[in-house]
Amino acid sequence: MSDAIKQATLEYVTRLGDDSVVLGHRISEWVSYGPFLEEDIAYGNVALDYIGRARMYYSYAAELADDGRTEDDFAYMRSDRDYRNMLLMEMPRGDFAYSQVRQLLADAYATVMLPELVKSKDQTIAAVAAKAIKETKYHLRRSRDWVLRLGDGTEESHQRTQKAVDQLWGYTHELFDMDETEQLLADNGIGVDVSKLRDAWHAMVSEILTTATLTVPDDSWAVRGGRTGYHTENLGHMLTEMQIVHRSHPGCQW
Amino acid sequence: MNEISLMPAEQYQRLQQRNAADVKELWDLLDIIKDPELPVLSIWDLGILRDIERDGDRITVTITPTYSGCPAMDNIRTDVEKALNEAGYQEVTVNMSLSPAWSSEWMSPEGRKNLREYGIAPPEDADLDEDGLTPEAHAQCPHCRSRDTRRISEFGSTACKALFQCNDCNEPFDYFKKI
Repeated sequence: MSDAIKQATLEYVTRLGDDSVVLGHRISEWVSYGPFLEEDIAYGNVALDYIGRARMYYSYAAELADDGRTEDDFAYMRSDRDYRNMLLMEMPRGDFAYSQVRQLLADAYATVMLPELVKSKDQTIAAVAAKAIKETKYHLRRSRDWVLRLGDGTEESHQRTQKAVDQLWGYTHELFDMDETEQLLADNGIGVDVSKLRDAWHAMVSEILTTATLTVPDDSWAVRGGRTGYHTENLGHMLTEMQIVHRSHPGCQW
Repeated sequence: MNEISLMPAEQYQRLQQRNAADVKELWDLLDIIKDPELPVLSIWDLGILRDIERDGDRITVTITPTYSGCPAMDNIRTDVEKALNEAGYQEVTVNMSLSPAWSSEWMSPEGRKNLREYGIAPPEDADLDEDGLTPEAHAQCPHCRSRDTRRISEFGSTACKALFQCNDCNEPFDYFKKI
């Protein structure tokens, strides 16, 4: 592996780890607040899958960095400006409709992205993706069912769900952005050219939203920044909570 | 009731690997390691145990997680090290392997039977289509064997299980998901 590729791969798996840990943490915020016990448990399960993925990406990042850092350092010892997650993942929990719409957008993304990532020439990345694909099927089925039920539900649930769609849509463009790092890895068969996946994602999400009697927003606004470290104010607050124990007790292990 | 055991190809290959191993006694030894969340299943039964190699005094054990975030893996790693240490093997390495991804097809026939007796429906006890576990899966109740059951949630007490309830005996039960 050349140095340039190795550096890019380290950056790439850190990004994937950041997406996973931030979304996983956001989902975990529902634990003990779910609308009923089964949903509480379901979100706990999904959160665990994402945090598990984050661990795998971060341990690989630590291996590539080879500078003494561990997976915990990646998760707990970096500040918001160092995080490279996409903004969609860090948006606050919101109401249940908001969380489920975000989940649908993220699950649909994972559904089109992971089958490409599994073809990666990097064996570790491919292995994590192969594992995640199986879990994503469960995630998507659940978020899809919920969005259908809420969108095509009562007047209030419909309104809340539509509002969530409208509020989150502008953050989805970033999912399909490519920069030099991602392009280099895509060209070398390690990363995914996500710019080619937007149509498939859009078709999948549109069909679900339409069936749920929801309106697919137009693409008039877009927010970007996560991949370059420019985040919304939400991430800082989230990291403060997520990192407090580790930072207060450096080096502590469960 | 006669039980016809149809062994999946994956399971057959695992069995071949175990029987042909030059450290077969170590495979047998590690049968004592159970999944901490499913104490009726050994790590062999569940398919978590992937390989055992001996190089001089060093033993390398390869295990694989069922789900990405399975919290039992750290415990299992410690249990494996402890069991081998107690058997006199001091140099033990436990590797975590992600590829190929774990499949419920790797579960042993004994494991499936034990699971059912323990009150958890094994993967083959539900009707699955391509889409997986639909509400019409009618997982068989491990208590009264009724198929008149309903899916409560695809997400159960652990990542690998879904929750069902029996319409005949009213008991809720776990179903071990096929992935």
